[in-house]
Amino acid sequence: MPTSISENASILRDIIMDHYSHPRNKKEINDPAYLTVHMDSASCIDDIYVQIKPENGKIVDCVWHGNGCAISTASTSIMTTLIKGKSLEEAKYIMSEFNKMLNEEEFDEEALGEAIAFINTYKQPSRITCANISWRGLDELLKEEEEHHHG
Amino acid sequence: MGKFDVDKLRRDFPIFENYSLMQNKRFVYLDSAATTFKPRQVIQAADYYYEYCCANSHRGDYDLAHMVDVKYLEARKTVAKFLNAKDPAEISFTSGASMSLNTIAYGLSDILNEGDEIVLSEAEHASNVLPWFSVAEMKKVNIKYVPLTKEGRVTPSNLEKVITSRTKIVSLAQVTNVLGYVEPIKELISVAHKHNCLFVVDGAQSVPHMKVDVQDLDCDFLAFSGHKMLGPTGIGVMYGKLELLKKMKPLLSGGGMNSRFDTCGNVAYELPPAKFEAGTQNISGAFGLARACQYLEEVGLDNIVEHERELRIRLLDGIKSNDKIIIYNKDADSGIVTFNIKGVFAQDEASLLNSKGIAVRSGQHCAKILMDFLHTDATVRASLYLYNNKEDIDQFIDALNNGGDFLDAYFN
Ligand SMILES: Cc1ncc(COP(=O)(O)O)c(C=O)c1O
Repeated sequence: MPTSISENASILRDIIMDHYSHPRNKKEINDPAYLTVHMDSASCIDDIYVQIKPENGKIVDCVWHGNGCAISTASTSIMTTLIKGKSLEEAKYIMSEFNKMLNEEEFDEEALGEAIAFINTYKQPSRITCANISWRGLDELLKEEEEHHHG
Repeated sequence: MGKFDVDKLRRDFPIFENYSLMQNKRFVYLDSAATTFKPRQVIQAADYYYEYCCANSHRGDYDLAHMVDVKYLEARKTVAKFLNAKDPAEISFTSGASMSLNTIAYGLSDILNEGDEIVLSEAEHASNVLPWFSVAEMKKVNIKYVPLTKEGRVTPSNLEKVITSRTKIVSLAQVTNVLGYVEPIKELISVAHKHNCLFVVDGAQSVPHMKVDVQDLDCDFLAFSGHKMLGPTGIGVMYGKLELLKKMKPLLSGGGMNSRFDTCGNVAYELPPAKFEAGTQNISGAFGLARACQYLEEVGLDNIVEHERELRIRLLDGIKSNDKIIIYNKDADSGIVTFNIKGVFAQDEASLLNSKGIAVRSGQHCAKILMDFLHTDATVRASLYLYNNKEDIDQFIDALNNGGDFLDAYFN
């Protein structure tokens, strides 16, 4: 049986460490063409802003800034790399597959790329909110964008 | 160790049996500053209300309701004795420290005029800051902070420096929830009184752990929660000197707190404590809290102080040669140890400890302004109580010293 990367803990671990130590797309942008969401809460120390630039049904840019733990930082960094350049529909698909993974449901491993690194989150249930913090932010942004067009 | 048998005492706490393992490791609870476990005696006292004398208080004309009134008053007397209050009427039951502090802040807003000052410290819990912010906005008064010493303590001489002729109220924690210092509250109170200021003590972290005598301290008000002292959730206490309570307006109004009112809006309030207990109260909670006070007295508050001190020394000894650990309150006198592991985000450390069966709390601990003082985004806090034993400490020391990488929690 071929082993998939999801079964190799040391690769998954390296992915998280890499994105935690060298987060991608980390910058703050001051441009009204970007939608911004601020994710923080009293119950958690993470304090993360996600920004997307939608254009003709596509996410042409996705950046983030703020402060968080290793899991939320790495997850946010990976999310930005995954959805940048994708259509809104594709981004929604990736998001739903990611959520399925966190909920221990069947999911499309292909769609998740490096986000597969979070496959073990269920073992530490208190970290689910860290792993999905920016994905929850993305969900809000996508809804905001939809309302903007249909509302 | 100590003057009581911890392992025998632990058998009073059903949770140690019902939740003995976390992540398949021996469960170690080091988060008692957040909330505490309940002994069987407290659980039974709270259930007694539901099982034996369930009726409303102050309302009935029948025997069962009368029995509730008697027991409810008994609970109040037990708490009054626990605090050495002069009069049980000085004890109002609330839902917890937060509600007590809100009630005090709102109640005292009447004595404030524009330009007056309220003095707090940067080490206060949000519940002893935000109610004062609301009052400050409402009455256009200023909030000032006692400067903290290098270690983060509040001193009488620093309080003296910040008080002016416009200062009307000083509100400080007796034990702060992040750094765990036992502040010299009696001296602080006497400084405030010298300047004719009222003094509110946030006792949420002190009352559970040490003898607090309101007459000896001469505090004007004291707030604390039942759940942090082996009692039920949803019950707490607002202590106030009777003559002050008589003048103070209640935050909540409704049934049980007025003696009569008419349609023109004239209301005659009941005397304290009824004045501050609008609506049907948490009677079961009051029974449980009273039993918790007795339980702590049976063990002995001085013995609890000594026990926590011994465990704290054992812990600090065990990690002193580990130079990866930054301890923010080495000299604290309570069971609170606040730290970080160099290069590891607090939440990642807490989750590594979770994977080793150990419950600690990471975060800003609701004292967000203190983080500017500590120059860190967040810390990990371990807090001890009477049911912690040497095994807990040794397992914790081992996890800190041989914990491995913080991502282990995620992959093992
Ligand atoms: C110092 C201090 N004050 C007030 C509170 C608020 O207590 P509660 O949440 O029970 O109302 C806490 C609880 O963490 C505390 O530590």
